Amino acid sequence: MSTAAFEVAPKRLAPQSDGGPAPTRIVVAYGFWIFILSDIVMFSALFAAYAVLSNNTAGGPSGAELFNLRNVFLMTMCLLFSSYTAGLGALSAEQRKPERFLVFAAVTFVLGAAFLFLEMSEFAGMISKGAGPWRSAFLSAFFTLVGMHGAHVTGGLVWLAYMMAQVAAKGLRPAVLRRLLCFSLFWHALDIVWIGVMTLVYLMGAQ
Amino acid sequence: MDGDDQLLADRTPGVEEHESTASVLSYTVGLGLAIVATIASFVVSQTDLLWPPGIPTGLIVLALAQIGVHLVFFLHLGSGPDQTNNILALAFGVLIVFLVIAGSIWIIANLNANMTTMPTH
Repeated sequence: MSTAAFEVAPKRLAPQSDGGPAPTRIVVAYGFWIFILSDIVMFSALFAAYAVLSNNTAGGPSGAELFNLRNVFLMTMCLLFSSYTAGLGALSAEQRKPERFLVFAAVTFVLGAAFLFLEMSEFAGMISKGAGPWRSAFLSAFFTLVGMHGAHVTGGLVWLAYMMAQVAAKGLRPAVLRRLLCFSLFWHALDIVWIGVMTLVYLMGAQ
Repeated sequence: MDGDDQLLADRTPGVEEHESTASVLSYTVGLGLAIVATIASFVVSQTDLLWPPGIPTGLIVLALAQIGVHLVFFLHLGSGPDQTNNILALAFGVLIVFLVIAGSIWIIANLNANMTTMPTH
């Protein structure tokens, strides 16, 4: 294979198929990336339902009367900083520093739990004012969309606690690192969905 | 294949493959930009900084910018040849999201416009 043409450019790029099957890490993360995109497509249906129903308040309270933007800003900051600490945790795991990973994961967990607490107290406040999901089509769509995001955050917290236990018990072996990679993708994707919720539901609804 | 061949391998989604300091920097820059975009969204929605009828458009632009920041700095998506698969999957997802949301709003707005007014109870 040492023809003149190749000696001119010895660092040519070989076809991908010459390398054999892709490493497990890439296959796993790519598959999970496809799952996340399908999850976002599912959220898009809930966003569409909310956008269509948001004016149908049936004489009940509107978003402008219900939403407390200070609370929403705090929730957004909780999620943003939890994404940041999740990223730093992923870096520590890649550098094989399990203690640092556990610290960052614990901070991520606390920030996620704070987000959930703020969301649940908002829901409880609305329901106590009689503005529960049964009140109007707007509120049904609101609780479905925001509640689905909250359910994902809850699932993410359970998963994160499970990953911390795995790192503590098994160490940062390759299978655990692959699961951590999937968790990072999941957690960052939840942030992206929240940007849509914050903008479409709260900021536009409070106009 | 001789040993000097450089394989054109796929990039794992969600992984930054640089020096670790560059990665901490990337997350920090991303966090800063995301906070700026969030504060800008809240300011735009609560003040008359923008021409009021243009506020929803401004909010959507800021949200798309922030989603871009998250994709680049947190999910480490890029435009390199090793990311073609990840970007293609994302492009397909964005297409479906756009069809579902824009299509629903369009169709229901049309139905609402054609609806006769109903007596209120």
